[in-house]
Amino acid sequence: MRSYVLRRLILLVGIVFVISLGSFFMIHLLPGDLATVILGVANTPENKKILYAQLGLDKGLVQQYLTWISHIIRGDLGHSFVSRESINTLIWHAIPIDIEMIVLSQILAFATAIPLAMRAARKPNGLFDRISNGLSFGLLSVPSFILVVYAVLFVALILKIPNTGPASFTRMPGFGLLFDSPAEYFDTWRLNLLSMVIPTLTGSIGAFVIYFRTLRSDLISNLQEEFITMARSKGLRRRRILWRHAFRPSSVALLSTAGINIGNAIAGGFVTQYLLAIPGLGATLIAAITTQDYILIQGIVFVVATSVVTINFLVDFLTTIIDPRIARD
Amino acid sequence: MTEQSINETSPEVVEQPEKKEPLGVFFWLCLSWLILVAVGAIFGNLLPIPDPNEMLSMPNEGMSAAHWLGTDALGRDIFSRIVIGSRISLTISIGSMAIGFGVGGTLGMLAAFRRGILDLVATSIAFMFLAFPSIIGVIAVLSFWHPASLGKITLVVGITSIPLVYRVVRAATLATASKEYVTAAKVMGARDRRILFRELLPNVAPTALSFLLFGLATVVVFEGILAFLGLSLPPYLAPSWGNLINESRDAITSTPRNWFLIVFPSLALCLFVLCLNFVGDRLRSYFDVTEVKL
Repeated sequence: MRSYVLRRLILLVGIVFVISLGSFFMIHLLPGDLATVILGVANTPENKKILYAQLGLDKGLVQQYLTWISHIIRGDLGHSFVSRESINTLIWHAIPIDIEMIVLSQILAFATAIPLAMRAARKPNGLFDRISNGLSFGLLSVPSFILVVYAVLFVALILKIPNTGPASFTRMPGFGLLFDSPAEYFDTWRLNLLSMVIPTLTGSIGAFVIYFRTLRSDLISNLQEEFITMARSKGLRRRRILWRHAFRPSSVALLSTAGINIGNAIAGGFVTQYLLAIPGLGATLIAAITTQDYILIQGIVFVVATSVVTINFLVDFLTTIIDPRIARD
Repeated sequence: MTEQSINETSPEVVEQPEKKEPLGVFFWLCLSWLILVAVGAIFGNLLPIPDPNEMLSMPNEGMSAAHWLGTDALGRDIFSRIVIGSRISLTISIGSMAIGFGVGGTLGMLAAFRRGILDLVATSIAFMFLAFPSIIGVIAVLSFWHPASLGKITLVVGITSIPLVYRVVRAATLATASKEYVTAAKVMGARDRRILFRELLPNVAPTALSFLLFGLATVVVFEGILAFLGLSLPPYLAPSWGNLINESRDAITSTPRNWFLIVFPSLALCLFVLCLNFVGDRLRSYFDVTEVKL
């Protein structure tokens, strides 16, 4: 068990190193003219030379990479080429929004998918199973960007709830506000959660469909195993068999699906952020792409990819705790 | 029994009636819809429908006999824009899957068959790329590579699909390569080429086919996302499902009575994706692909 975790940890470090290579060289090998974006009409050859010297772009690619990676090891992602702001600050400012979006939509997805899958798996091909399976299949085919557009229209035109549509985003309140002005603190939370309604709903639907389908089919095959027959013949109650005997092995498949899905959820959330003008990592990334801010792009890509890999590592670790058989081979 | 099933080719022996449930009416409906869309995309110009780029009549006109699904903000016929718009989605998705399967599929089969250093290297590279949300890579590359063109989008999406196709095809090949009949063929001294094409390929093909359909569906959605970020083909060059939806997004919020502007293009996209997913899913359970997790 310990050697398994250690092996995975070494692999994780290796993957993060490769990610740093990938995010650096992929972006630097792309065509693009940073000087025109920053200097505009002042883009003369002399100015360009001075700018590139200032940004350290006049050195060789390998040396640039080594400078960048040595700063990252010390926890410094550098400064934006365009706004000259610290990238650590930019990411630190944006990332709580992404985390809130992911956490809320994942909670909603699990809270709906698990009970529904349990109910559906109880009688495979029964009425409930067929309806929920059909509906989930239909939802699978509605991409999240379309869901966002329709959710905005629905909330704005039919429900007429303010503070939910684009450009009405409210940040989570800082904890200090609670002591300064409790009323304002809770009101900020209210506005924040209101502006999270559409991202949470649209983000959870894709995850719900995947979790529901994975858990349902896994439960159905697990319920045919011998240990379930054994539990039945012992006279255990159906509820106990479902939750204690069938759910535990099935939750392994659910968890590893969740690990894969969270990576997609982060990327899918980017489009939602762009559409709803939510200033999270996604919106920051897209803004950085349009201004060709290399170092900001590679910083965000590095942070996102590293978090995805780390989440997958944690998921693998969790599955070995739930099902120790996995670590053995 | 085993000898019989190898020698006999009659359907009674090959088919296992207790396992195969029929594909069902909905499967054939979905398949016909896919074919219909493809025919529309190929022969769109010959169909008796209005020119998708000509400003024929009043803008934002509702549904009528002349314009089945109404007209857009510039008075262009929405129905023909949807029909012609399917070309972009289909070209990008088929083209990029051709790249993905051409490179990733070939590599996946070879790696699983040969194993050794090729397998080790290719698999490690593929898994590292899979850790990376591919859509971010696509967005980054396309936003630097101006101006957007069909070829560039297809190439970039196709390349990013390689690791995923590689993983699926490799897993499917691994599952087949350990079967007795492959060992038997090896023992009998069959050449690699024969084993790959005659023994492995027919058994990997069902998995690959259903994954191909899911892949096509994913790329159709991808095109929509790119259009929303302004990275797909711009609407004045050619209509696409993505840019049709994106174009009407803002128009709808101010004038909700023009709902038909956005509802029909998004319906076309979702229905197409639904049919691809459904056909893929039915084929997967029809061929009983259980050992390979897609």
